[in-house]
Amino acid sequence: MSEAAAVDAVRRRIDALWRIEGPRITAALARATRDFGLAEDLAQEAVADALAQWPEAGVPRNPAAWLTAVAKRKAVDAWRRAEMLDERYRTIAHGLPDAEGLSWEPVDDDVLRLVFTACHPVLSREAQMSLTLRVVGGLTTEEIARLFLVPVATVQQRIVRAKKTLAAAQVPFEVPEPHEWGGRLSAVLGVVYLMFTEGYSATTGDRWIRPDLANEALRIGRVLAGLVPREPEAHALVALMEFQASRFAARTRPDGTPILLADQDRTRWDRGQIGRGRAALARADALGRGRRSYALQAAIAECHAVAPSVEQTDWARIVLLYEVLGRVAPSPVVDLNRAVAVSMATGPAAALAIVDRLASDGALRGGHLLPSVRGELLARLGRTDEARAEFTTAAALARNDRTRAVLEARAADL
Amino acid sequence: MKYMFIMRATDEAIEASKQVPFEEILNKMGAYNESLIKAGVMLAGEGLADVSEGSAFVVDFSEEPPVVTDGPYGETHELFNGFWIVQVASKEEAAEWASRCPLGPGSKLEVRRVAEADDFADFADNEYIQKEALWREELGKP
Repeated sequence: MSEAAAVDAVRRRIDALWRIEGPRITAALARATRDFGLAEDLAQEAVADALAQWPEAGVPRNPAAWLTAVAKRKAVDAWRRAEMLDERYRTIAHGLPDAEGLSWEPVDDDVLRLVFTACHPVLSREAQMSLTLRVVGGLTTEEIARLFLVPVATVQQRIVRAKKTLAAAQVPFEVPEPHEWGGRLSAVLGVVYLMFTEGYSATTGDRWIRPDLANEALRIGRVLAGLVPREPEAHALVALMEFQASRFAARTRPDGTPILLADQDRTRWDRGQIGRGRAALARADALGRGRRSYALQAAIAECHAVAPSVEQTDWARIVLLYEVLGRVAPSPVVDLNRAVAVSMATGPAAALAIVDRLASDGALRGGHLLPSVRGELLARLGRTDEARAEFTTAAALARNDRTRAVLEARAADL
Repeated sequence: MKYMFIMRATDEAIEASKQVPFEEILNKMGAYNESLIKAGVMLAGEGLADVSEGSAFVVDFSEEPPVVTDGPYGETHELFNGFWIVQVASKEEAAEWASRCPLGPGSKLEVRRVAEADDFADFADNEYIQKEALWREELGKP
């Protein structure tokens, strides 16, 4: 093996190890230093040391223990530096156990603190997603850049700025207080789901699905559900993502062209994944605290997942679930989806009334969703010219190249 | 990507494992499975019942029609006794998880990538590929 190839093999090995060990090492560092930004820097230094030493010295017998030991030594050094710099720190530290006695073994709560810090509301959405993938997912900057199709420097900047923002806002390395818990957990779940949807239905670019990004979101969602097993919405989010991901194989043709739900070959849906989705939704329901937003969305996705065809789908039940969802989490997108379900359960005329009401509210103005649904309903009602005009409007508004192509084809086919 | 870890053990290893308290094996395997679940990578896994209970048999296709026998288990050097399916980002990550499995001398994990739809993309329109998917659906109903 050439030297470059050997270095590359070690790097891939470290990347793999870090996905497994990184979050716990970073969490332990953050607890020892009480400083999220410093912990993340030290963790990256440990990785850099491994990358510098292992190609020549060989990969240690227990590489995870090596990384942990190096990280720990860095934490102790940082602690000593702080002690020397700051007399007061020394006084406070006096009563603490010596460096070797620093409590190190990370607990799940430390990883949970990482999650809440990385998804803190002072950060932008992009920063939350990048930081979550980095510290909770254990991904490298290069891997994150590849997932979001942005330059490596962009991700680096996002992470550096995010750490500065957290420091400036003096965000503590803690789980939220009980009175903030619900809202903060929702924010965390929102970050994971945004990551998933960005992969599931790419808003920009020439690919409709980025399964790698969606799979990372799903993995982090499963980790999160394990960290807060008493939270129904965490399990429900996993269920929703499992159901949606079960259709990946059926959602695009080999050349990347999207296939819409009605035309998908349902035999290509991943039954194992659907089974895991149902199990996760059952875990959420078993907690007996009722269904909220993600559980209702998961229940709708389950209706599709278990239906043998579009015609045999329980559309009446889906309409009902959308009605409840509309009350729990009112949104024009939910109403639009309810309209589609109504068109299947009752007929296009009843659905068009809902869509026209939405159009007059102007809530979805500027997006391709409303005109594309309206076009579909008009087409079914035989109002072909109006339908074609709606599809043309929708195509002009679509930001994803593949979506635009589908809508243009729909207009041309009428 | 998905990988399957196929657990194999020699007859001697299986005999040796019977000297270890079963509870100890349960605890170690339980902790390993829990680490896979907590990391969000475990998709499936099963352990297979001991062949000595007599539930195992072999269908041999070297003749037509195939012959069902109690199996050449006495002669096999390595017995397939369980599996995991994990979802990971790389071959290296699969290797890392596999090497953490609490197994001892005489045991092996054979690690294989699970073929996915993309592997058959060139044959997606093939009648038999589609039929196979249909069979799988019928068999795999949750």
